[in-house]
Amino acid sequence: MNYTFNWSVLWSGQSGQWLLQGLITTLQLSALAWVLAVALGILAGALRTVPLAPLRWGATSYVEFFRNVPLLVWMFFWYFGVPPLLPRGAQDWLFSHGLEFWAGTIALGVYHGARMSEVIRSGIGAIPRTQFEASLAMGLTTFQAYRLVILPVALRLIVPPGTNESLNLLKNSSVALTISVAELTFQTRQIETYTAKAIEALTAGTLIYLALCLSIATIMARVERHYAIPGLISRTTAG
Amino acid sequence: MDFSVVASNFTFLIVQGLIGFGPFIGGTLRLAIPAIVLGFALGVFIGLARLARAPWIRLPATIYVELFRGVPLVMVIFWIWFIIPQLLRLPIPEYGVALTAFVIFEAAYFGEIVRAGVQSVARGQVEAATALGLTATKTMAYVVLPQALKNMVPSLVTQTIVLFKDTSLASIIGYVDLTKAAQIVNNREIKPFELYLFIAVVYWICTYSMSTFARRLERRTA
Repeated sequence: MNYTFNWSVLWSGQSGQWLLQGLITTLQLSALAWVLAVALGILAGALRTVPLAPLRWGATSYVEFFRNVPLLVWMFFWYFGVPPLLPRGAQDWLFSHGLEFWAGTIALGVYHGARMSEVIRSGIGAIPRTQFEASLAMGLTTFQAYRLVILPVALRLIVPPGTNESLNLLKNSSVALTISVAELTFQTRQIETYTAKAIEALTAGTLIYLALCLSIATIMARVERHYAIPGLISRTTAG
Repeated sequence: MDFSVVASNFTFLIVQGLIGFGPFIGGTLRLAIPAIVLGFALGVFIGLARLARAPWIRLPATIYVELFRGVPLVMVIFWIWFIIPQLLRLPIPEYGVALTAFVIFEAAYFGEIVRAGVQSVARGQVEAATALGLTATKTMAYVVLPQALKNMVPSLVTQTIVLFKDTSLASIIGYVDLTKAAQIVNNREIKPFELYLFIAVVYWICTYSMSTFARRLERRTA
């Protein structure tokens, strides 16, 4: 291999600034998409377990369709396919306010909402049916039973798989580079293009992703211990 | 909305994009099937290496898994795309780059599934096999792995579906799969909504039939 390393490209010129901007965009994109994904996930996950068939079917169709199609296709769909169908005013607003960022957020959030709902559904499924029946017997409505009894317990149960899914969302935010959102992977490519130093640029991007994933996993391990319901789950040594 | 664009380009999208016959070297299936087989084969070795008693085998395997599970697939594709031509001093076609990236990346995930499957086999099985006089290799091959494989089926199918969807990312480096085929048609026809919705449905039919097949398989083996 005939390659001269030149690590200084990472801190000379604009590289450092680009990486920082990319990191910020990745975090913004992931955070917004995460909020959307969790909201959709709780909604769809809960609706898939309610005793009302049309609601269940609606939620099931959303989940089965969106999570079984590649994220990249959704990126293109929301970025190229949907905006031309919107009313003129909405189009103008989007084009002047970073269409690619919002399309990326929606694509990432709706796709991971479908995946998140499976995690939440499994959490709800782990709660004995009698809890729901007891809530109804106490005089709660179905909505109150979910809001006050089922969901609070289910959300505490799903911290470990929820963390895993959140990290998947963070890593998948890199797919947004295909619709030219200037996130971390995009900026890594940009440094490579300007400096022709592929290995240095990719190493920097890779290390930032690893550091992000590791630190989130470490924080969430603490959260998990804090929210674990004593006696309900046996803590396994998850990797 | 005008779905005639789908009808007039149907052959290109399906035969070239999904299957891989035509003027371009491409095809989602032509990439996905070898990637699944080779990724799983490498995954078995990595999963077993993670369970090895010798730290010099276990440690590299653990680092491998943790490294690739902490990095986006897009990043790995770019690594392979830049590194392999530098290493071999010759240009590599997109197909080779994509296949290498998928096998290396997915093997980390398959490895975790294999590890969990092997660990799910009751300890007594190993002890009984040892008591019967089987060597460690034979115990693994004839007693542990067959049982582990049965337990792994649901996760393996999930990961296979994930990999199948992931192959769409090969279009980033110019490999003509279903997604890239839709892009090519869209550049000429400018019908993004219809085209991307159509390939979404095609992907969905493939993944949904895989998961339906898996559910049936599970019921039969359970």
